[in-house]
Amino acid sequence: MYENGEKHYIARYTTLVMVWVSLIGLTWLTVKISGIGFGTFSIIAPFLIASIKAFLVVDYFMHLKYERPFFKWILLVVLGTVIILAWLVYEDVAYRPL
Amino acid sequence: MSYGIEHTAHKDYTGAKIGMWLFLFTEFFLFFGPVLLYTIYRFRYHAAFTASSHELDLAIGSINTAILLTSSLTMAVSISALQRDRTKLSLWMLAATFVLGVVFLINKYFEWTEKFSHGMYPGGEALAGGPPGQGVFYGLYFFLTGLHGLHVLAGITAIGVLAFMVLKKKVSAADHVRLENAGLYWHLVDVVWIYLFPIFYLVR
Repeated sequence: MYENGEKHYIARYTTLVMVWVSLIGLTWLTVKISGIGFGTFSIIAPFLIASIKAFLVVDYFMHLKYERPFFKWILLVVLGTVIILAWLVYEDVAYRPL
Repeated sequence: MSYGIEHTAHKDYTGAKIGMWLFLFTEFFLFFGPVLLYTIYRFRYHAAFTASSHELDLAIGSINTAILLTSSLTMAVSISALQRDRTKLSLWMLAATFVLGVVFLINKYFEWTEKFSHGMYPGGEALAGGPPGQGVFYGLYFFLTGLHGLHVLAGITAIGVLAFMVLKKKVSAADHVRLENAGLYWHLVDVVWIYLFPIFYLVR
């Protein structure tokens, strides 16, 4: 047994199956709209849908939703670092020829 | 007179999980680097990247996405089942996850060998003669899907080991954090694929 008899979250089967149905549905949607070609949106849309899918996996399958706030804070730090790194790299690339 | 020191097993559930999450973040950055590179070259070689993306098999890519998403479900169910002390269901779900992981790799194998047979591999004659952007696209494609494939391989190995531990009652309802951590790893592999799929197959 673990110390202090902590209670651990147990995911319900129905919740997990519903998340899976949403993930498959979103995959179907993203494949359907991939060939349409409506300019910038056809680049943004797949990544928007991918991010919703990633969020569902992280929140429900990886139980982040039910973790203590500390876990959410480190995820925020990581995402912040990602934004800073990407920004610095793009800034560098934009102002000098590759 | 002798004194015995009694050791009770020290288990730190939260510590184990924090360790796993930190490791997963380093894994995330491992993939983030090449993806950043991809976005830059996508702007530079827009036409070649779009053309190359059309050469990939969207059907296999979609099927593999569905396979990996389903394997994530079976993994999550396996953890829930073990926590409820339903060991048998947990083991069956681990077996399903393992098989789905193997099927994913088999599909990837066919996808790769099909490209190889047309001389399309880093340094291959077909890519050497093509437009410059094409070589970059396939370089990133083979590197990222290859790196991801290695992670799938590591994941199914971990799942195999964990199934054995569950069978031997080393991992159980009372002490399940190792299965949870293996699950976290498997889901990360899934999240990475969720992004690789649009990157290579969908943005056309």
